[in-house]
Amino acid sequence: MDLNYTPEQNAFRKEVRDWLAANVPAEPLQSFDIAEGFEQHREWEKTLAEGNWGMVTWPTEYGGRACNLIEWLIFEEEYYKAKAPLRVNQNGIFLLGPTLMEYGTPEQKERFISAMASGEEMWAQGWSEPGAGSDMAAIRSTAFRDGDEYVINGQKVWSTRAVFADWVFCIFRTEQGSERHKGLSFVFVPLDAPGVTVRPIPQLDGLPGFAEIFFDDVRVPVENRLGGEGEGWSIAMATAGFERGLMLRSPARFQETAKRLVELYRENQNEIMDLTIEDAVVKSYMDAEAYALSTYQTASRLIKGGKIGAEASLNKIFWSEMDQKMHETAMSILGARAELLPHAPAAGDVGTWLEGFMFAQSGPIYAGTNEVQRNIIAERLLGMPRK
Amino acid sequence: MDFTFTEDQQLFADSVKDFLQGEITAESIRASWETETGRSDELWAQITELGLPAMLVPEEFGGLGMTELDVVLMAIECGRVALHEPIVEMAMVATPLLAALAPNNEKCADLLGQIAGGEAKVAIAHTVNHVVADAHIADYLILPHADQIHLVAQADVKLEAQESVDPSRRLSTVDWTPSEATCIASGAEGVALLAATLNRGALASAAQMIGLAEAMVARSVQYSEERQQFGKPIGVNQALKHHMANCAVKTEFAKAPLYRAAYVLSMKPESADFAISHAKVVAGEAALFAAKNSIQLHGAMGYTWECDLHIWMKRSWALDKFWGHAGFHKNRTHQWLMNPNAQIGADNTFGAVAI
Repeated sequence: MDLNYTPEQNAFRKEVRDWLAANVPAEPLQSFDIAEGFEQHREWEKTLAEGNWGMVTWPTEYGGRACNLIEWLIFEEEYYKAKAPLRVNQNGIFLLGPTLMEYGTPEQKERFISAMASGEEMWAQGWSEPGAGSDMAAIRSTAFRDGDEYVINGQKVWSTRAVFADWVFCIFRTEQGSERHKGLSFVFVPLDAPGVTVRPIPQLDGLPGFAEIFFDDVRVPVENRLGGEGEGWSIAMATAGFERGLMLRSPARFQETAKRLVELYRENQNEIMDLTIEDAVVKSYMDAEAYALSTYQTASRLIKGGKIGAEASLNKIFWSEMDQKMHETAMSILGARAELLPHAPAAGDVGTWLEGFMFAQSGPIYAGTNEVQRNIIAERLLGMPRK
Repeated sequence: MDFTFTEDQQLFADSVKDFLQGEITAESIRASWETETGRSDELWAQITELGLPAMLVPEEFGGLGMTELDVVLMAIECGRVALHEPIVEMAMVATPLLAALAPNNEKCADLLGQIAGGEAKVAIAHTVNHVVADAHIADYLILPHADQIHLVAQADVKLEAQESVDPSRRLSTVDWTPSEATCIASGAEGVALLAATLNRGALASAAQMIGLAEAMVARSVQYSEERQQFGKPIGVNQALKHHMANCAVKTEFAKAPLYRAAYVLSMKPESADFAISHAKVVAGEAALFAAKNSIQLHGAMGYTWECDLHIWMKRSWALDKFWGHAGFHKNRTHQWLMNPNAQIGADNTFGAVAI
């Protein structure tokens, strides 16, 4: 164990810091859940890619820097510290990217990865259906073979950023009469294909952050299938592993939120009447620190050849509930100002807490609800009986 | 940057684990409750043979010269079996204090040699604790008095036994008179040593509580498979699964802070307060939470003397309060965090650690 950064790691941190200082937009971008903000974020992704900072862990041939996970953590720390824009293409770069690298054909990697990394092609995720949420194996949308094409029919829902994205990666039932986990395939669909209808769903803040997608005899070539026919479930599980595992929510994000919370508390200390707030602030900081420490530990273990499995569910519960708690605490400190939207004149600079608070409500739900994660922990990690 | 234990550190912990799992059972712990001292010379001889008392004794004084980082995994294993012998506190808390003084103090140096050889036992008091653990079987006691630290033969003090809720713990209050002859440190040195001792005690307790928490969850999971109601094992019920999953989350995120605390304490002890207090608070929360959810899962059985769960549960209740209760340690993290000059935020994870 050596908890010091190497000279190379310190130099890398400096390089990241300097680049971000020179390139992060001075003014915060608009929300990527509106058209204009989406394009601003697409531009930012392009800027990142031009500096080879889009996905530092990716191989250099895909515009990455072949960084190990410790370097990735350093990058993330500097990224959040610099208040750089959120990653609009996270479905693509954090979820589909690693999955493509593992399961894609050389042609698919060539076709999709660079365009994803540069922000040229934005990705949405199309897994959930009206009747298949936590129970994803209940998927009913179909993609049946017709020669060299799939003909797709059905409906997906809760597709984050599908309103403005270019592509969606889906799970469809490709085998007639198949049930549950069998007969599913992982298929890419361009969102401008004939027969695709995207209907925005306004989320809690009123913006069309996600959408439902209708497929009506949509035709895509079989080359758009990732992995073998009928292997959709196992590939999706690998993708979900990336989602719950390390990449989706790096600790830096929460450490910076915790830091802002400590500062908010210090500024308002004399007006706080609720004696439990102080404890909640300290606990928030310690939890964010614990998550960072735990991630460094996992990263070190993975670098030495270890694997991450069902314990990813522990992470997902921890960060999502910590994020909720931190924002609840901020709302309590803000008192009557808490309800003001960021553009309300009296909100001053505190309105962003409300945005974060609302978004934090979704943490325990997306990427597999925390109740499902608890079942996974109990059954697969602790060995409690299924029935 | 490498946040993993070495193969040697793992192997050492595994070998102690094998030994403890083989020797310490609920039955053997219950049997110890029936004896006068609660401690076994035979078991102590085995512990000495493994070199455990010598772990943190420097090599020049006949020890193994290990650090807190080398032994923290072992302390977890002692908690996992709810070990009643006083090895963790003696090796991780008392001997480092003696080792700090030994280069200039013959008495401390001699005693270290005896401890390493298994010929002497020492117990340690601290103002943060009201009582001393295992003074009744110690040859010497380390006793604080204001800014002084004294090393006193057990024969020269009067002990009064204080019964603990945990029958495995044997506690005493000590009636004694400080004298110049027994004083081994004073002034700034005494204060610094007592502060370091508190941190070592907190680390040792935190580590044991991680083991206790995991042991209680493991026992509860097993019971949830055995116990049938409505024609099914009770463990199929989601309410109980979630009780146990919540324990697993809490315990998991108490581990990395513990390992960091062990690292900082062994590398840069003067900067360890925040890391130690963080580790002690979260390990205590994990152990108390595992105790509460485990007794709930066991139902009425969990409330009985007959069910073994209370061996682990009561130790958790005790250690959470020993070497600084949650209020004490939360207060220290608060002081650290609210300092306007505190280096906090995403690039400071190891800020307090950098060596």
